[in-house]
Amino acid sequence: MEANEILAKAESLRNNLSTGFRDEIVKSLYTEAEHIAKRAVKTTSDKKYDFDQKIDRLVTSPYTGLPIMLLLLGIIIWITVSGANVLSSAIAVVLFGIGDYGRALFNQIEMPWWITGFIWDGVYLGLAWVISVMLPPMMIFFPAFTFLEDLGYLPRVAFNLDWMFKKTGAHGKQSLTMAMGFGCNAAGVIATRVIDSPRERLIAILTNNFVPCNGRFPTLIMLATVFVAASFPPALTSFIAAGTVVGVVLIGVAFTFLASWILSRTVLKGEASAFTLELPPYRRPNVSRILYTSIIDRTIFVLWRAMQTAAPAGAIIWILANIPIGDSNLARAVADWLNPFGLLLGLDGVILLAYIIAIPANEIVVPTMMMVYIGAGMMINGPSSNSAIFDLLVNGNGWTILTAVNLMLFALLHNPCATTIMTIYKETKSVKWATLSVVMTLGTAFLVTFLTATIARLLGWA
Amino acid sequence: MSNTKAALPTEHCETCPAFTQLEQMGIKIGDFDRVIALAGNPNTGKSTLFNALTGLKQHTGNWPGKTVTRAEGGFEFNKMRYKLVDLPGTYSLLSASQDEEVARDFILFGQPSCTIVVTDATALERNLNLVMQVMEITEHVVVAINLMDEAKRKGIEVDARSLSRDLGIPAVAITARAGEGIHALLGAVADVIEGKIETKPLRVGGTLEFQKAVSELVPMIEQIAPGIPNARWLAIRLLDGDARVQRALSTGELADIVSRQQRADVQFSGKMSVEGRQ
Repeated sequence: MEANEILAKAESLRNNLSTGFRDEIVKSLYTEAEHIAKRAVKTTSDKKYDFDQKIDRLVTSPYTGLPIMLLLLGIIIWITVSGANVLSSAIAVVLFGIGDYGRALFNQIEMPWWITGFIWDGVYLGLAWVISVMLPPMMIFFPAFTFLEDLGYLPRVAFNLDWMFKKTGAHGKQSLTMAMGFGCNAAGVIATRVIDSPRERLIAILTNNFVPCNGRFPTLIMLATVFVAASFPPALTSFIAAGTVVGVVLIGVAFTFLASWILSRTVLKGEASAFTLELPPYRRPNVSRILYTSIIDRTIFVLWRAMQTAAPAGAIIWILANIPIGDSNLARAVADWLNPFGLLLGLDGVILLAYIIAIPANEIVVPTMMMVYIGAGMMINGPSSNSAIFDLLVNGNGWTILTAVNLMLFALLHNPCATTIMTIYKETKSVKWATLSVVMTLGTAFLVTFLTATIARLLGWA
Repeated sequence: MSNTKAALPTEHCETCPAFTQLEQMGIKIGDFDRVIALAGNPNTGKSTLFNALTGLKQHTGNWPGKTVTRAEGGFEFNKMRYKLVDLPGTYSLLSASQDEEVARDFILFGQPSCTIVVTDATALERNLNLVMQVMEITEHVVVAINLMDEAKRKGIEVDARSLSRDLGIPAVAITARAGEGIHALLGAVADVIEGKIETKPLRVGGTLEFQKAVSELVPMIEQIAPGIPNARWLAIRLLDGDARVQRALSTGELADIVSRQQRADVQFSGKMSVEGRQ
């Protein structure tokens, strides 16, 4: 018996069946379901349902839907920014204090200077930086995001953005995977499995990195607070900073649309396919579950991963900064060598060096960068307040507002972290698509920062 | 403890939590006696039920499509060890998207001892389509009518007995979030597996000539893929012109899937296998 025989037999049997036998089956399935349900279900009132519908009319309306979405995003980011600033400096004070104590202890027992330096100014400082910069925003953002997720808001976002994705030739469910990307881009890439069409799924995978993940939020928040918001009255700082981060997020969303549009007209040609998406009822989120998921599964998971790269990165920077070359050191020398290219992009050599060292998990770019500045400037400890950071970067290392803006753009657009690249490879089983995801994002990052820097310079802004 | 025959619980008591024992085993699946599949439409609370049974903390987000891979965990109920497989939510078993395929392949070829179809009490009619499709594939099905609390708030009453009678399989009302009805559900599952409850799944057969066509194809399929558990369903899919099933048949993938799913049972046991952690 051959498979082909069966197929042929099925074919001939099908042709002999009266036309419409399929409809007959489907129809009887639905009628049967209707009858059974009617017998088993008794409805007495529709009160709760009405309430859900009233809310939905508001949050999915063409007029109020988008503003409400932006407002919610703004509120979440504002809570994150204002909470994170307080927590960050508190954590920094404690951790850097421990560092001082440890260093003093090592000096007291007369450890060789290079052991003290390697451990406390290298590995420990790297860890302290990552924890104080990354932990607070995640601790606040993840629970807030999980709350909206459990409440049932995400499908409404998909509903609101569907028409835009359709115009770009992408799948409407891409807004769900995009939203997951805010948590973690690797998770966002896995979530694309809900998209049926392989073409649209690839678009969702390749563009997921354009939304800043939680590893990159701290960078954006710090830069927005220290640079953009610094010139405003203190009462407004958190609002300006949150507004700036929202702006950066929107730029990321804009690039998602742009990239989707370009992809679906070039390498991934095709029309957007139709789909149905159920709007689930709003459900009261379970607080303990939210805290568990967001703190254990998400925050600790992401932080642990960052710490694993931060410790060796700290060690490398310390070594580079302590190998003397003339009256400078190796870190400085490499940074100086990279500087012309960095300046071309409105950044500088140290940022690029930090970026290269932090390739395994590029959310640690800012801590790495700070350590290079600190190491090179022979400062013993890290600055633990925003004004100290501002002083270190602007007065000590010649940063301008352009540097800050371009670093934010660079952090938003550059290539996915190593974990996400691996996930893309696993999901697509293709080196080609994984490579494209890197080339496309990195190319965009270079191009955009270069254009911004050039335009700003031509206009005499920087 | 030896001569206590007189104190044996009555049948009704068997499903009472006071007499049944549920022990969550998390991911320490190890050896297991039975495999249970959790199917259902998206967002009906499969993952919540999964967590309640296994004690695991699989994330349960309120959006359709949250679970895209299958998660596995274990629990012990009345001295029997169960492996529970949480499948992605699907509206049907016919489409070609990856999450639906995961669900379909497991119910079809993974040969679970029993499949629990989790339904949403507030949208029962729509959920029944999947229930009936699963019933086409296997006789070992139990319907869990979940979200009873939500239904109550919305003023919806569901009569589990009427549903059970009409479908020909056990239907148990539960509220997974609060852990209500779970022992009764597991009791029904155990009874179905042990044959104490004989299910007579309602099958919407279509026309007589269609039935005849199906019965002609079944022996042919059984011959090419020995041990295939669901020849009848495959025959129906072939008559329907399901491209995916046709391809699976002609490439020999069908036999592969049978062996792969059976092998996976061995592979997954005893090691951490909660995939898709986000």
